[in-house]
Amino acid sequence: MDTSEDILQQASPGLIPGSGTARAAKVTRLSPSFVSWLQAGPMMLVFLAFFLIPLVFVVIVSFWDYNEYQLLPVFSGRGYTDTFEGCIAQLPDLCTIGKTYLKTLKLCFLVWAITLFIGFWVAYFLAFHVKSKTWQMGLSLLCTIPFWTSNVIRMIAWIPLLGRNGLVNSGLVKTGLINHPIEWLLFSEFSVVLALVHLFTFFMVVPIFNSMVRIDKSLIEAAYDAGATGFQTLVNVIIPLAKPGIVIGSIFVITIVMGDFITIGVMGGQQIAAAGKIIETRVNALQFPAAAANAVILLAITFLIISMMSRIVDIKKEL
Amino acid sequence: MKEGRPRSFYVLAIFFAAYVLFLYGPMIAIYVLSFQGPQGGLTFPMNGVSTFWIAKLFQGTGIVDLGAAFRRSLLLGIIVMSVTVVLSVAAGMAFRRKFRAQSVLFYSAIASLIVPSIITSLGISLEFRIIDDLIKAHWNENFETSMGLLTSGLGAHLTWTLPFGLLIMFAIFNRFDPRLEEAARDLGATPWQTFRHVVLPIILPSVIGIGLFGFTLSWDELARSSQAIGAVNTLPLDLQGLTTTVTNPDIYALGTVISAVSFTVITLALGTIHMLNQRQAAKGSDAGKGLV
Repeated sequence: MDTSEDILQQASPGLIPGSGTARAAKVTRLSPSFVSWLQAGPMMLVFLAFFLIPLVFVVIVSFWDYNEYQLLPVFSGRGYTDTFEGCIAQLPDLCTIGKTYLKTLKLCFLVWAITLFIGFWVAYFLAFHVKSKTWQMGLSLLCTIPFWTSNVIRMIAWIPLLGRNGLVNSGLVKTGLINHPIEWLLFSEFSVVLALVHLFTFFMVVPIFNSMVRIDKSLIEAAYDAGATGFQTLVNVIIPLAKPGIVIGSIFVITIVMGDFITIGVMGGQQIAAAGKIIETRVNALQFPAAAANAVILLAITFLIISMMSRIVDIKKEL
Repeated sequence: MKEGRPRSFYVLAIFFAAYVLFLYGPMIAIYVLSFQGPQGGLTFPMNGVSTFWIAKLFQGTGIVDLGAAFRRSLLLGIIVMSVTVVLSVAAGMAFRRKFRAQSVLFYSAIASLIVPSIITSLGISLEFRIIDDLIKAHWNENFETSMGLLTSGLGAHLTWTLPFGLLIMFAIFNRFDPRLEEAARDLGATPWQTFRHVVLPIILPSVIGIGLFGFTLSWDELARSSQAIGAVNTLPLDLQGLTTTVTNPDIYALGTVISAVSFTVITLALGTIHMLNQRQAAKGSDAGKGLV
């Protein structure tokens, strides 16, 4: 992020020959650390007010009590006990929360595997096969533009294609492959996974592409000269060097899917349970401590997954 | 390596083309379907061609009060964009040298990006509820709520746009040549003059990129708004509300209008970035070249 040279210059403008004017003298009155605070402070305040303190409130409220219509600020484990209701009684069967998390993890795994596959090869094509910088930029932009448009619209966009009378079904019926429209194309797990892949492959492509363009092309030539096949180069050179991007992309995709409730709601016809949807349901029922307890559980699981993955790479070094 | 294209190029080119089709195909389908005739339904084939559904949306006789939600989303988007640009550039400059709490800010930004939106949104809503309760209990019994578009809503959007802004600033300064600033200082420029006349012109294309992210991410934001926006709805929230009930192309028309705004902003931003890059190239400096 910064070089030592840079720090030196910033910290002591007076040392640089030729800047010993009255202006420079005035400048030294603002100490560099004060300037840094002035520059970074506002953003820090926003995160403090709208991210860090809210997270603290989530944890605190998760231990409060509640009745039908309000929060009761007294200590209670009810948010958690309500959430895990029946979990011990129903053993060895899974209770509702267990089943919900299992389903969320399953969706997560499917989406992760598919986005990784697509994202890897799209990034590979852009990084290694597109030689001209202009083309590379143009095609990357082509992949980025949908990210700047509305997610809901991109979900709704599947309705005319996958619905009972949609393009896919009417096409299949016409060709005689099926007699009746397939029902599981829309408002099903299939459509949820499809929409999540559609929306979030971008988060895989960008970091993997970034890792791949940094790979020194002479390493690949060396592998080729040493007699490696294309596959061997891929497995032994490219994948290890692209690993940071793969991990960062995976963290993005997994955390998004773990907490998603909108895509699962819209594309699942509001019928599929998921970790994020429990929170939404509890909030709609004004059971804030239960919602907060679920948020804490989700946060803990997400954090666990991230810390396992970030053991593989140092995120800070990669940015 | 070999000259000419290997076979894998063609396989991957087809794969890439399929991916692009997968990205854009469905979107284009609803843009087309929103121009159906008055008898049109939710799927193909099209039932005539007209601007009936789009016009209906603007008459306000349709399903949502488009005008009000449109103005709210636009206002919020512009404010989020401005705040994101200013705070990201400032913080990006700060990160060029060491300062205390540097890693706190860095990890806050990363965490804000990857903590599930529903949790951030819930947290903000709890925070404002508790503030409301405190105000009611201690100062003003008739107080309604401090939650709203430009308080909790703005904050929720910033937790999503600022990390992108900061990461873009990192990318900019990774390839920024500090010798240019050195030269400016050698010529006696103050830090502000150095920033205003040397740094800013070079990073301007990318700063516009930050603005583009700021506006579009806010314009389409849903998950974080869901609990934190207060009593009023933004356009995406209205659109999401429609997904469960709608049986005619109203919803496609609304989608098309929202996308039209997105595409206008994208085109304007990319056009400006292109123009600035051309100008930089023409005037001989190659620093800060490239897009976001």
